[in-house]
Amino acid sequence: MAARSYNLRVYPGFRAVTLLCLFVLYAPLVVVTIYSFNASQSITNWEGVSLRWYADVFTGPESEKFKLAARNSFVIALIAASVATTIATLAATAIIRGGRFRLRTWSFGLISLPLMVPEIVTAVATLIFFNAIGFDRGLLTILLAHIAFCIPFAYLPISARMQGIEASYEQAAQDLYATRRQAFTRVLLPLMMPGIISGFILAFIVSLDDFIITNFVKGAGVETLPTAIFGAVKQGIKPNIMAISTMLLGVSVVMVALSWLISRRDNTK
Amino acid sequence: MATDGTIAIDVRDAVKRYGDFTALKRISLSIRDNEFFTLLGPSGCGKTTLLRMIAGFEDVTEGAIFLFGDEIETLPPHKRPINTVFQDYALFPHMTVIDNVGFGLEMRGKSKSDARKRAGEVLEMVQLSQFANRKPAQLSGGQQQRVALARALAPQPKVLLLDEPLSALDLKLRKAMQIELKHLQRDTGITFIFVTHDQEEALTMSDRIAVMSSGELQQLGDARDIYERPRNMFVADFIGDTNLLSVTVNRVEGQSATCRLASGHQIACDAVEGIAPGAYVHMSIRPERLYLSEPGDGYLSGTVLENIFVGTDITTIVEISPDLRLTVRTSNSDRGAQGIFAPGTAVAVHLEQGAGRLLAD
Ligand SMILES: Nc1ncnc2c1ncn2[C@@H]1O[C@H](COP(=O)(O)OP(=O)(O)O)[C@@H](O)[C@H]1O
Ligand SMILES: [Mg+2]
Repeated sequence: MAARSYNLRVYPGFRAVTLLCLFVLYAPLVVVTIYSFNASQSITNWEGVSLRWYADVFTGPESEKFKLAARNSFVIALIAASVATTIATLAATAIIRGGRFRLRTWSFGLISLPLMVPEIVTAVATLIFFNAIGFDRGLLTILLAHIAFCIPFAYLPISARMQGIEASYEQAAQDLYATRRQAFTRVLLPLMMPGIISGFILAFIVSLDDFIITNFVKGAGVETLPTAIFGAVKQGIKPNIMAISTMLLGVSVVMVALSWLISRRDNTK
Repeated sequence: MATDGTIAIDVRDAVKRYGDFTALKRISLSIRDNEFFTLLGPSGCGKTTLLRMIAGFEDVTEGAIFLFGDEIETLPPHKRPINTVFQDYALFPHMTVIDNVGFGLEMRGKSKSDARKRAGEVLEMVQLSQFANRKPAQLSGGQQQRVALARALAPQPKVLLLDEPLSALDLKLRKAMQIELKHLQRDTGITFIFVTHDQEEALTMSDRIAVMSSGELQQLGDARDIYERPRNMFVADFIGDTNLLSVTVNRVEGQSATCRLASGHQIACDAVEGIAPGAYVHMSIRPERLYLSEPGDGYLSGTVLENIFVGTDITTIVEISPDLRLTVRTSNSDRGAQGIFAPGTAVAVHLEQGAGRLLAD
């Protein structure tokens, strides 16, 4: 049958290739997660289950450094994601009001383009920009850089959600005596909300574990969790790094799951 | 027609330009309180533009719009006591039917419970009470249409605008909704401004009709005026079917005139202001006002080309001369059957008294 030969699943070896890919993708994560519960001082010998490295992260000699870095990371991620999501939402609103199909495609391309640029290029460009305007590097430069590169990530799920939100909804609201502001809060915003929440979560994760750009624009002595981990690893890998990584992984998994659940929810049914 | 002559909407010299393109070329019309008024014209003639200017979604390039004497063209849409039934309905997809219908009332400051109560009453009026708690996506096209209607009627606007609200419905439902809309208009006493490109729909429903083409008002009048006394070629051709003949005006005496066809045949008709003897103009003759008989006793003679059966009527094409064909419509009844002749038969064509209508341009 002609139709059958197009079915990928019946290609010989397809299943094996899939499994290999999944293995390569997930095996390191699984190993790190398992060894974070290792009782041994060594990172390769298994000596039984223990939470000692988790305790070490919170109370050990390096705990102060990690706590500060974690606080920086979460504060930056929270603010960067909030600001980026707000900007992305306003952009989406303007595009809905424009109501023209061409405008939508163009603006989508323009806003999404930074996703395709290699991160190292963005990092160098951002650094040069801060130098050029004489901006002292520190927490603020990290925050500004994060806001900038989070916008396309926040915009992605919002624009997916915008499919089917027409300019006529806002006009109908205004026709029914709503001010522009009420039309926005009562009609447009609730319709975009699942996209906005997903966008916020995505931006939050991307900011939380960004390393390259952060490393370029951070000031001396200012660390976020990823740069602190990198710094610690340079002095040799200790099992407490695996514990931190596992916790970070946990946060990401929870947020991705949340984002997926929310983007699937449809308040129009 | 319960109008008492008060003007609800007065459009004065309204012009709308989009860049170089003029969508409306100086339109003036007065819409009476309590009437079912229709804007009729082919797609692209500017009906939606005019409606959106009245609603407040387009600004007026030149001219003014009055609502019961108050100038409104600079007010934002939410300050105009005018509601719209949108062409694509634009129901809020995240709200239930009853919240959709209550939205306007809430925005006008009614409490949530008052709004719901009144919304419930309006839903009853359009027979949708049992769907109050559904989302719009769970309704059929016809039901969504009625929700849109209920939502626009609930705040009791002074004027209701309807932009081709029935065009997405199938024929049977459309006919039913035409009657229902007409009843709703009569029962609520709200002025309706209805937009359609369907001339039959316009003739069925309207107290008065404004025929538009290319951004200009062609004729304004009631259904009879427009059908029986079209002012120009465009109106005669756009409304119903017609035969258009080139004639020379021979004589004008008071209310009556005589014209001559190229073939030399004389036709008597009503005089029309502005058409003087010697003018070379068009004449419109509706097919149902022509009838056939055995040859010899009529002054226009020709040959039957074909008979087309269209249910209630039979349409016959008669060739008078190589460059003149007439369409004759005969009712499909025993009475009408006497006027049916087989293709190839020679026949005489007669005009009913006053069937010919001279067109100014
Ligand atoms: N925003 C706009 N920009 C430019 N031209 C427009 C715009 N809106 C409508 N037009 C043009 O104005 C004319 C009238 O449009 P419209 O009022 O929608 O016609 P109708 O409702 O009678 O079909 C059309 O030729 C249309 O292309
Ligand atoms: Mg239109």
